Amino acid sequence: MTDSTRTDYLSTEAQERRDSGTMDYLDLDTKDETFLDANEIVLNMGPQHPSTHGVLRVILKLDGEKVLGTECVIGYLHRGVEKIGENRTYAMFNPYVDRMDYVAAVSNGLGYCEAVEKLLNAEAPPRAQYLRVILTELCRIASHQVWLGTHALDIGALTPLFYCFRDREEILKIFEKYCGARLTTHAFRIGGCIYEAYDGFEQDCNKFCDAFVPKLDEYEELLTTNRIWVRRTKGVGILNPEDCIALGVTGPVLRAAGVKWDLRKAQPYEAYKNFDFDIPTGLNGDTYDRYLVRIEEMRQSVRIIRQAVEGLPQGPIMAKVPKVIKPPVGEIYHSIEAPKGELGYFIVSDGSTQPYRVRVRPPSFVNLQALDKMVRGLLIADVVAVIGTLDIVLGEVDR
Amino acid sequence: MPEETKDPNPVLPESKSPTTPQPGQAGDAGAPAPVSAAQGPAGNSEASAPSSASAAANSEAAAKPTDSAKPATAASAEKPATLTAPTGEKPAATATGEKAATPVTAKPAAPAAAKPAPKPEGPKPEPWDSDLSRRLRSQYGSGIREASTYLGQKYLVVDSTIIYEILLSMRNDELFDYCVDITAVHYPKREAQFDILYVLYSFHHNERVRIKAQIKDGDHVRTAVGIWETANWLEREVYDMFGIVFDGHPDLKRILMPDGWTGHPLRKDYPILQQDQEWVKINLGIESGQ
Repeated sequence: MTDSTRTDYLSTEAQERRDSGTMDYLDLDTKDETFLDANEIVLNMGPQHPSTHGVLRVILKLDGEKVLGTECVIGYLHRGVEKIGENRTYAMFNPYVDRMDYVAAVSNGLGYCEAVEKLLNAEAPPRAQYLRVILTELCRIASHQVWLGTHALDIGALTPLFYCFRDREEILKIFEKYCGARLTTHAFRIGGCIYEAYDGFEQDCNKFCDAFVPKLDEYEELLTTNRIWVRRTKGVGILNPEDCIALGVTGPVLRAAGVKWDLRKAQPYEAYKNFDFDIPTGLNGDTYDRYLVRIEEMRQSVRIIRQAVEGLPQGPIMAKVPKVIKPPVGEIYHSIEAPKGELGYFIVSDGSTQPYRVRVRPPSFVNLQALDKMVRGLLIADVVAVIGTLDIVLGEVDR
Repeated sequence: MPEETKDPNPVLPESKSPTTPQPGQAGDAGAPAPVSAAQGPAGNSEASAPSSASAAANSEAAAKPTDSAKPATAASAEKPATLTAPTGEKPAATATGEKAATPVTAKPAAPAAAKPAPKPEGPKPEPWDSDLSRRLRSQYGSGIREASTYLGQKYLVVDSTIIYEILLSMRNDELFDYCVDITAVHYPKREAQFDILYVLYSFHHNERVRIKAQIKDGDHVRTAVGIWETANWLEREVYDMFGIVFDGHPDLKRILMPDGWTGHPLRKDYPILQQDQEWVKINLGIESGQ
């Protein structure tokens, strides 16, 4: 049960529990019965399971194939990002945040840079803001493509994976041309952007948008009315708005439940107030609605990118921030709408060059908590669908 | 504001700078182009021959007007002023120039501030007066220690004994239905070592408020799981990382660290390096290189 290589850190109490075999993770009501008497069995899924999207371990309590309850065991990818933040300067910590939600690294960087800028009472110049919006929205599309590809693969549709990764490549190429990196981009700096848009950046973006919308129709052709897809997703993993709010679930999962809430509209940051876009919402809060919402979000992202490229202002791309960043003493909480939900940074400054405390409020971590409520009463196969529809990234859950 | 708070500072560098070697200073100020170039020779002449100080001062005086003309490059330009001032008679122009300029350079290690002269003094928390804060004050009196806004963000500092009541009334009466985050900050030197923090959001008001309370090491906090389900994992993480115990929590155990882990990593006194060295020693049988 416990990582055997690290026994040196086991407290004596834990060692005793391990040796006596009472270190169970799930409190079974069936303690007095033997295994064969029990109606319920406990099945361990993960951490090395292809459909858990990383190292997520879910302990399922089953009655036959029906799920009676779950418990998530997380932390396998814990790297102590918040502790690292306390031991790095503000600028040095910037690349680390890319490693949390590694399929949407640009969004992570945006949230962090904005939080520190707020603490400095600075604001990125308009051109930088537009560049940031373009890249972040591209990143949202890329993140949703990874989600769609893997989610469909989990449910049994193989083709969308190839389509999505093929088209995502175009976005990664733009990232690569812009900043040299494809995944963990470190595209933004505190105070704006460090790289000017390369020659042909606008054309590349427009070209991508033009090509992508028909591709999106292609995805929908494969799935939206596909009978198997509909049967596997409709009515599965329903989360009603009240539960969503009580569980702190945000992002497409919340919107699919019918709550029209998106931080880009509710508390606009960057240049988002300048753009015209809609917030798609669902009706039933099931897996199918979440699929529709994310597909529509990609279309809206294309709209935003087009407007931002069209209106990309001229001017500086870096605000006047000091070379050594020393924010005044204070605390700030700033959050953005990441592809997965509300991504918040709470930073405490003690006036030195290193943050006194960096807290990351990760959307995946909080959303994952809803898994138990969503899968109770469903079948094992649906658990796979629900994990996919939550769109978690374990790098962000564990940090 | 900046002059008031930092006036004492310029005095120190003035008295010190003769003793401190100029090369360091000159190197520090190595920012943009022409001014620092002019400053280099000035510094040298000072160090080698005090008699040429007046010449240096002259060159400074020549440099000065450009400073005041464009405060943009101020930081790099002020440096010479502090250097030359003590060497000989200070011209009135430099003295005034210094007043305005040095507060910036005096504080951060010279290369720091390029431009944002007014920023370092920072915004101050302002009292937050609204219906909400007034209602809470009338209800809890001195239990609400502070209601302020900082950079436009509202927060309440409350007494640790009434955290639960406040949260409950925020949820039920003030309609803060979404608990965004629960976290803590460790201040080992303080008597009440921990700040525990609740970030709340209201869908009805589109408003965010932070609730903060100071608690001592070993103090227990009543769990908020009964108010917001989301508090479950968030509190587990706080327990895991800080060792703050939440009374009444349905399943309070570690969440990110392994089950048998000792210590709480986000406490400031948690020895990262020592842990690492021990682990390397025990598991690899060698001395850690760190």
